[in-house]
Amino acid sequence: MEEFLQHVINGVSLGSIYALIALGYTMVYGILQLINFAHSDVYMVGAFVGFYAARFLNIADSPSYTSFFTILLIAMAGCALLGFSIERFAYRPLRNAPRLNVLITAIGVSLFLEYTGQVVFGATPQLFPNILEDSIIFSFGGARVTKMDATILVTAVGLMIVLRHIIQNTLLGKAMRATSFNRHWASLMGISVDRIISMTFIIGSALAGAGAVLVGMKYPKIEPLMGVMIGLKAFVAAVLGGIGNIPGAVLGGLVIGIAEEFVVGYISSTYRDALAFSILIVILLFRPAGLLGRFSVEKV
Amino acid sequence: MLEYTITLVFSTSADMNKMTSPLLTIQNIRVQYGCIDALKGISLDVFQGEIISLIGANGAGKSTTLRTVSGLHTPISGDILFQGHSIVHTQADQITRLGLIHAPEGRGIFLNLTVLENLEIGAYARRSSRREIFQDYEYIFSLFPRLKERRKQEAGTLSGGEQQMLSIGRALMGKPRVLLLDEPSLGLAPQVVNTIFSVIQKVNKEGTTVLLVEQNAYQALKISQRGYVLETGEIVLTGKSSELLTNKKIQEAYLGC
Ligand SMILES: Nc1ncnc2c1ncn2[C@@H]1O[C@H](COP(=O)(O)OP(=O)(O)OP(=O)(O)O)[C@@H](O)[C@H]1O
Ligand SMILES: [Mg+2]
Repeated sequence: MEEFLQHVINGVSLGSIYALIALGYTMVYGILQLINFAHSDVYMVGAFVGFYAARFLNIADSPSYTSFFTILLIAMAGCALLGFSIERFAYRPLRNAPRLNVLITAIGVSLFLEYTGQVVFGATPQLFPNILEDSIIFSFGGARVTKMDATILVTAVGLMIVLRHIIQNTLLGKAMRATSFNRHWASLMGISVDRIISMTFIIGSALAGAGAVLVGMKYPKIEPLMGVMIGLKAFVAAVLGGIGNIPGAVLGGLVIGIAEEFVVGYISSTYRDALAFSILIVILLFRPAGLLGRFSVEKV
Repeated sequence: MLEYTITLVFSTSADMNKMTSPLLTIQNIRVQYGCIDALKGISLDVFQGEIISLIGANGAGKSTTLRTVSGLHTPISGDILFQGHSIVHTQADQITRLGLIHAPEGRGIFLNLTVLENLEIGAYARRSSRREIFQDYEYIFSLFPRLKERRKQEAGTLSGGEQQMLSIGRALMGKPRVLLLDEPSLGLAPQVVNTIFSVIQKVNKEGTTVLLVEQNAYQALKISQRGYVLETGEIVLTGKSSELLTNKKIQEAYLGC
């Protein structure tokens, strides 16, 4: 029982990170019908931005909430800028090109970031700075909740609440929903579609940056290819929830996070990474629109 | 009967306006889809205060004309002037900000937004205070009381007629100088069509210029001052609506008598 609880706690913590990253895939897909393969590498860059910022600010070894929030904000801002630039310089020129061209470009941007990362950051793994002291804050039924897990969960949930508020209640959010419904009609409302697309990349990438800092704290080994696996899992989470569907991405992230902890805890850690792909295959076979998605025929 | 006298008064004032320059001018525009000519060089003028109807059969190019004016297509030649300035290379959202507001074919409702959110998006381009915008909601609800009851509903749950009301109401939220309407009567019951047409007349009397695309030629010509007839991408006839209504060719082809 205590073991079970512990797996749930770990799973929710991990899942909330997958959800943060999955949101970026799903938001971009919702507006451009593009799977932004570079998203996982934006996440990777976020971890390095955090790494270098901590060094530069000399807070790599002074764990505190101040350090944590400083690094979190810097990584989010760095990723926002990167996401904005990727859209502006790689995708926007292809706005009226066939979708396949954009997809191939996205793969190109992803490889570009990964290999540039190896040149700039080096291929050997680095250690993410210790920006938050870990400790057990309380235990119940034998399961322990650590300060780290609680911070991860509260940060992720907090960001999701902010996102929900933006999407549901602000004029920007309404314009984003309108644009994702029909871009041409949105432009007839005086909405600058390019601006909305930029904002989507900025927000989605900032969330990936936050995810990177949260992961970096918990699993401090960072390297230029670190985005590949977690990016795939977050992508599967987005598909599982129904790509383009925002609550779906959160649900998908949590399901994958919890399922993964159970697989590791009760079966074997060998299958940790296999799980996401099994879920992807099953979902594509039986419910291709995802848990919360509406089915629509895609013209490719 | 009274309404028609008023239209007559308006039509004379429009005639006087012709001394001045038109609010919107389409000059010999050609539009292609791939290598198909959808518009083969059409010209059209709209003066301040007019209702102009653009009628024609399926596939004549009516919607293409409106979409080109509002910046969704770029003509391969020709020009479009709004208040004397060319807008052919202006982006669609900027054209909307100039006050040329297009309620598109198929109504263009964001079905994933509520009725009120659709109206709010209609005012997106405006720099107005919340209070002004709230007053405008009330104005729209006074035109279409059914929208008020349904304001919290997702627009996807509205009937076709209500969606059409929302489409026009939302366009009005943008405070149009020129309202471009694409077949507002399509698929609606006669009663709803009457409501829609009387609202078009009302907002016109209050100062909004209207370019009305219709297949319902009779009703469109009844409320407009002038009309243009489009056939396979060309304007084949134009004149005062009252004259078009009595024109033999029009009667045979579009009025079914
Ligand atoms: N996106 C498109 N791609 C290719 N051809 C198009 C496209 N849209 C319209 N056309 C063609 O251009 C011509 C004019 O179409 P348009 O929609 O402007 O006609 P319309 O007068 O509005 O007709 P309707 O009364 O049926 O709405 C038609 O022959 C149509 O098939
Ligand atoms: Mg049409």
